[in-house]
Amino acid sequence: MNEIATDIRPEAATDEPFVVFDRVQKSYDGETLVVKDLNLAVPRGEFLTMLGPSGSGKTTCLMMLAGFETATHGEIRLAGRSINDIPPHRRGIGMVFQNYALFPHMTVGENLAFPLEVRSMGRSEREEKIRRALGMVQMEDFADRRPAQLSGGQQQRIALARALVFEPELVLMDEPLGALDKQLRETLQFEITNLAHQLGITTVYVTHDQTEALTMSDRVAVFNDGVIQQLAPPDELYERPQNSFVAQFIGENNKLPGTVETIAGDACTVRLEDGSVIDATPVNVSEPGEATLVSVRPERVEFKPEVTAGMEHTVEAEVLEFVYMGDTYRTRLRVAGDEGFVMKCRNSLDQERLSPGMRIRIGWDPRDARALDRV
Amino acid sequence: MTDAAASRGASPLDPHAAVAAVGGGVAPTGTAPLRAADGRPLKAALQRAERVNRRRAFLLVAPLLLFVLVTFLFPIGNLLKQSIWNDGFVVHENFATGTRTPIMQNLGGWFDANPPGTPANEEAFAALAADMAQLRELRAQGSVGTRINYEVPGTRSLFTKTARRADDLRPPFMEAILDVDEDWADPALWAAMRGASSPLTLNFYLAAVDLERNAQGDIVPVNENRAIYRDLFGKTLVLSLVITGATLLLGFPVAYLLATLPLAKSNLLMIFVLLPFWTSLLVRTTSWIVLLQSQGVVNDGLVAAGIIGDGSRIQMMYNQMGTVIAMTHILLPFMVLPLYSVMRPIDPSYMRAARSLGANSFTAFRRVYLPLTIPGIGAGALLVFILAVGYYITPALVGGADGQLISNLIAFHILDSLNWSLGAALASLLLFGVLILYWLYDRLVGIDNLKLG
Ligand SMILES: Nc1ncnc2c1ncn2[C@@H]1O[C@H](COP(=O)(O)OP(=O)(O)OP(=O)(O)O)[C@@H](O)[C@H]1O
Ligand SMILES: [Mg+2]
Repeated sequence: MNEIATDIRPEAATDEPFVVFDRVQKSYDGETLVVKDLNLAVPRGEFLTMLGPSGSGKTTCLMMLAGFETATHGEIRLAGRSINDIPPHRRGIGMVFQNYALFPHMTVGENLAFPLEVRSMGRSEREEKIRRALGMVQMEDFADRRPAQLSGGQQQRIALARALVFEPELVLMDEPLGALDKQLRETLQFEITNLAHQLGITTVYVTHDQTEALTMSDRVAVFNDGVIQQLAPPDELYERPQNSFVAQFIGENNKLPGTVETIAGDACTVRLEDGSVIDATPVNVSEPGEATLVSVRPERVEFKPEVTAGMEHTVEAEVLEFVYMGDTYRTRLRVAGDEGFVMKCRNSLDQERLSPGMRIRIGWDPRDARALDRV
Repeated sequence: MTDAAASRGASPLDPHAAVAAVGGGVAPTGTAPLRAADGRPLKAALQRAERVNRRRAFLLVAPLLLFVLVTFLFPIGNLLKQSIWNDGFVVHENFATGTRTPIMQNLGGWFDANPPGTPANEEAFAALAADMAQLRELRAQGSVGTRINYEVPGTRSLFTKTARRADDLRPPFMEAILDVDEDWADPALWAAMRGASSPLTLNFYLAAVDLERNAQGDIVPVNENRAIYRDLFGKTLVLSLVITGATLLLGFPVAYLLATLPLAKSNLLMIFVLLPFWTSLLVRTTSWIVLLQSQGVVNDGLVAAGIIGDGSRIQMMYNQMGTVIAMTHILLPFMVLPLYSVMRPIDPSYMRAARSLGANSFTAFRRVYLPLTIPGIGAGALLVFILAVGYYITPALVGGADGQLISNLIAFHILDSLNWSLGAALASLLLFGVLILYWLYDRLVGIDNLKLG
């Protein structure tokens, strides 16, 4: 990192995480809080993704970190130092925008030279760095093109190279792949994570595409309504959602409303609305009688008699629809009056094909059913 | 649309092409000519479709084309012709009957027979006397005198006086005519008559840049106290540049504000920018007079506030300053609108990107925002400059003696002195100047970079 243009330097004597949001609040209009009491710590080198529905305050958080918005309350610290009063250009943070924001009147080379020129870097050093940055994104041959002469994916690569060329330690990306098609997105997801890990930079990435979040990140912060709903590594997020918003937002999910019947340690039973009883793990419930929403992943639902036989509780279900999806079968069931219950089975040689109208009994390991808050 | 459909019909899916391909066992392209669905050759079908489109497009613009032709191109052509063609000395037109009679034929013959610079001899005066008699008969001496008066001031009376006594002239004519008025001996007058005897002349252009022909027919600068046009062109240029600069300085921040405000607010502000368009030009100009004259609101206010003494009121009206102030105000929207239309779509993320890359706000503005507004600056400046160069009414009202622009003089020649040819020459020079400017702009910035709205 070039010392001239940034006020952020690695502090020797702090073991505080690299980026810290400390009780940050943000309001644009003085009436509603867009970000409510945000506490977040990102260690050096981590790839953290902010995931959440539109309007949940992700961009706002990123803009506060970059310095384009000021926190209404609270403090943001970078390398142990409060950056509330440091203007954006002295924060030394690389940034990739959704629309790339490549300067249209400059060539690719000039775009990359820009951050180096404002740091008054010498010509030869500049060229060396530009060459290296373009090499990182495999775009060496495009230095003389204008952004308008590049495809969307190429522009995104250049934007990435530009954000990295001045060797920032922290890079922010706001839905950088939002405008690309699926295949390109997947390639670039891979490239971005690789690059981030190779260079050891800390990355804060914003997306509302959950697959992207799950595949790229070390940890994911799920935002809703200006609050982090859960902050966890992808597998934990998927398998152990802390509340029904996360369960619903990440991946496909079956939700069964009911009331807690008994609760004992890390097991409970829940009575569904039609009177049947199921097993679950209590997450957000503590007492019998509490209303709850039980979340079960479609691929964890079992229906084969030889498996369900050993289970304490099973529920009756009626097959409504059977869809062949190639690698899986997707079966829609009516369970406890709900017609949207989905079960996914692997497509193997011995897999039984159900047909609409059949009545089966389904069940699951109690650890796969999570009794969450009822919203 | 139609040709898109036609070319789609030409794809290899075309049944005829497919048959040819199967039958001949070769690729369909390049062998048989492609045919449209109805069997006609594709090229002909395409041309036909395009012809219909072209005709439709032409019919749509035809009324405007006609209008422009009649009211704009024809007058401009006429103007250009007037500036190099004046037959007031060789043809007399009787407006009552519409008949055109050749005049000054004898003198014309003498000019043809003798090279420029030949002093007028008895033969020449004889020809003049004969022509004078004809003028008297036709009562054309006034208009002929006026024609020569354009070039040698104070000679109109010479013609009227001499024509009145044309019948009394007896040989030797030289003596007789000089007896009527000895000014006839002036070689400049003869040079002017020689010039005027051929209707096709560049003399008006020469006059428009303060040049004239001397008795020998050489081009020389006019007498210093008659040289006004070059200075006036220069002043027009300088004042227009000043006005353009002032509108840019004042308009840029406004356009920036308009472009960055939320739409609802910027629409409101835009009304204020456009407000000048809604009031009459005369009202606006006169209100500047009310404000800025030496007994006007501004001066009164300054005096009342004790900033200036009553005796030292600032002259802001009836001079160049008045012209600059009033025209800057009037032309401001023409700068703001193109700037706004260029700035509005500039994504704020460019500036953010620049700042995140380490540029302070000034550098970000200078290296990223400003270059992106160049098309707007160019368009606005060109528009304002061209309008300012040709502006007439405001300088006429508030310019006083020293704030007059070239267009005021053009108006003078067209309306008062009735020297249309000189007016046309001045106006043509202005037109050429603007065209050259346009060409320069195209070379430097590129016309396709122009964004007017
Ligand atoms: N400049 C602003 N002025 C006022 N309100 C704003 C501004 N920017 C964002 N908001 C509001 O703040 C809330 C959060 O916006 P933000 O852009 O952070 O959402 P987001 O999570 O990035 O959404 P998306 O996924 O759609 O980008 C929204 O309700 C939005 O309307
Ligand atoms: Mg956003």
